[in-house]
Amino acid sequence: MTALLQASRLTVRIGDREVCRDLELQLQPGERLAILGRNGAGKSTLLSTLAGLRPAQGGEVRLQGRSYSELGPRAAARQRGWMAQTQADAFASSVLETALAGRHPHLGRWDWESGADAELARAALARVGLTGMEQRETPSLSGGERQRLAIATLLTQAPDLYLLDEPLAHLDLSHQITALELFAGLARERGAGVVMVLHDPGLAARYCDRALLLQGDGTWESGPVAEILTAAHLSRLYGHPLREVEDGGSRWFIPC
Amino acid sequence: MPSRRRALIVIALLVLLAGVSLVVALAVGSISIPPGAVLQGLLGDAEAPGYAVVHNLRLPRALAAFACGGLLAVAGCLMQVLLRNPLADPYVLGISGGAGVGALVAILLGLSAFGINGLAFSGALAATFLVFGLAHGDGSWTQTRLLLTGVIVAAGCGALVALMLSLAPEHKLHGMLYWLMGDLSQATDARPPLLALAAALLLALPFARELNLLARGLATAQALGVAVVRLRRLVYVVASLATATAVTTAGSIGFVGLVVPHLVRLAVGNDQRLLLPASALAGGALLALADTLARTVAAPQQLPVGVLTALIGVPVFLFLLTRAPR
Repeated sequence: MTALLQASRLTVRIGDREVCRDLELQLQPGERLAILGRNGAGKSTLLSTLAGLRPAQGGEVRLQGRSYSELGPRAAARQRGWMAQTQADAFASSVLETALAGRHPHLGRWDWESGADAELARAALARVGLTGMEQRETPSLSGGERQRLAIATLLTQAPDLYLLDEPLAHLDLSHQITALELFAGLARERGAGVVMVLHDPGLAARYCDRALLLQGDGTWESGPVAEILTAAHLSRLYGHPLREVEDGGSRWFIPC
Repeated sequence: MPSRRRALIVIALLVLLAGVSLVVALAVGSISIPPGAVLQGLLGDAEAPGYAVVHNLRLPRALAAFACGGLLAVAGCLMQVLLRNPLADPYVLGISGGAGVGALVAILLGLSAFGINGLAFSGALAATFLVFGLAHGDGSWTQTRLLLTGVIVAAGCGALVALMLSLAPEHKLHGMLYWLMGDLSQATDARPPLLALAAALLLALPFARELNLLARGLATAQALGVAVVRLRRLVYVVASLATATAVTTAGSIGFVGLVVPHLVRLAVGNDQRLLLPASALAGGALLALADTLARTVAAPQQLPVGVLTALIGVPVFLFLLTRAPR
């Protein structure tokens, strides 16, 4: 089976600061990976490199065995979706139009969005609880609603691989769990791969199979969440002592 | 939700509006010609009253006005998407400044109309390349950097224009000022701007849905499958050439390129597949009507049309803006 995402000997730099050196990463269908690290460690930069949005300084990224240059932007957009950390619009557009943007890679040059596309968009909006807001203009949405709209746009795009930059930003606790359950469902039922930048190691332990820790100096560690998400590892990662607490089979990490 | 049927209805209505504006432009003037006779004359009946006036004098000027209005509106739409800034207009990257410097140099040197057009066009292109080269320098191409470079180059051109105006001999000042304010009385050949308008639409429309995504942000567009580097170059070139052609034909007519896209956006939404052709038609109609007013309202004195576009457009725009709180 070809990996949905494969990074080999990947080196990413911002200016002369290293985000990761010789990163090896493989994501099989149905797998979920969390990326954790301090502020400014380069999590977003790594994620956009994995999404093919910025060039790597070394090594390569492949989607189902093919590089971004082999795929071209349109084919790549049918395979992987990327969600930005902040959602900003210079121009107003309706919620439905924004969700429909996800259909772009599936439409031909002269196609207009069909009724079937609109159905997909409405279904995606329903899954993030935005039903009834189709005609609202995006600037009138709250931060959390914008975030959910971005998730709906991604669902409309329907890729095999989801690259999510802080998907829980601005979401209340209930919507955080709804969003994580939604991506868990996509992984379980459709074999989607999910990579997400998270700030809560407890949620990462509960909703991901593996974790990648970016130390901020180019070094990295990765492995199954059970092994790598421990109080010792995480205390070192964040530079702040953490305590592990167990409750009903879930592990949580509390700053001391 | 965007649909092709709605787009076609809007376009059909605007084509009608454009037709009416052109007939009005041909009928009104020092000699008033009834619309029926205008249509008769347009259909090739050389016996129709006012045939010569319509064909030789008013038609080239009305068509040039229409084409320039369309070019400026399309360029405005494209610049607003390229810079992701609703305040962008076709002149924001210094194109009209460059053209102004070229035109005034030509007027000062006493060149013919052909020479003025040539230097204006060269000035516009020079400013375009200068801004692109400076902003592109190290390969990063942020909107802010492009915008700031454009504003600074425009300011530099403005200083040169002011310098030439203050040094110019008295008898040349009137022509120089009219050129700067936008004036269509010298427009005798409508073919170059009409061709440019057709070319701009033909080049931009196949990418209209990609432009919608570009307006949502570079990375977002790229993640959804848009080849952003190529698309932005195309948009830059098309918008620059459209603006340069319009400025060469009619001088720096302000306002059309900024406000027509917004007017149309308020009425039909921000889908570029509809916005681009609708803006072309609305901008053309607006400028054809404004130019008709410019040559009739204080006849025999001709007013600079750029002044009138602003005088008509400002209240209309403010009305629409306060009426549509969304």
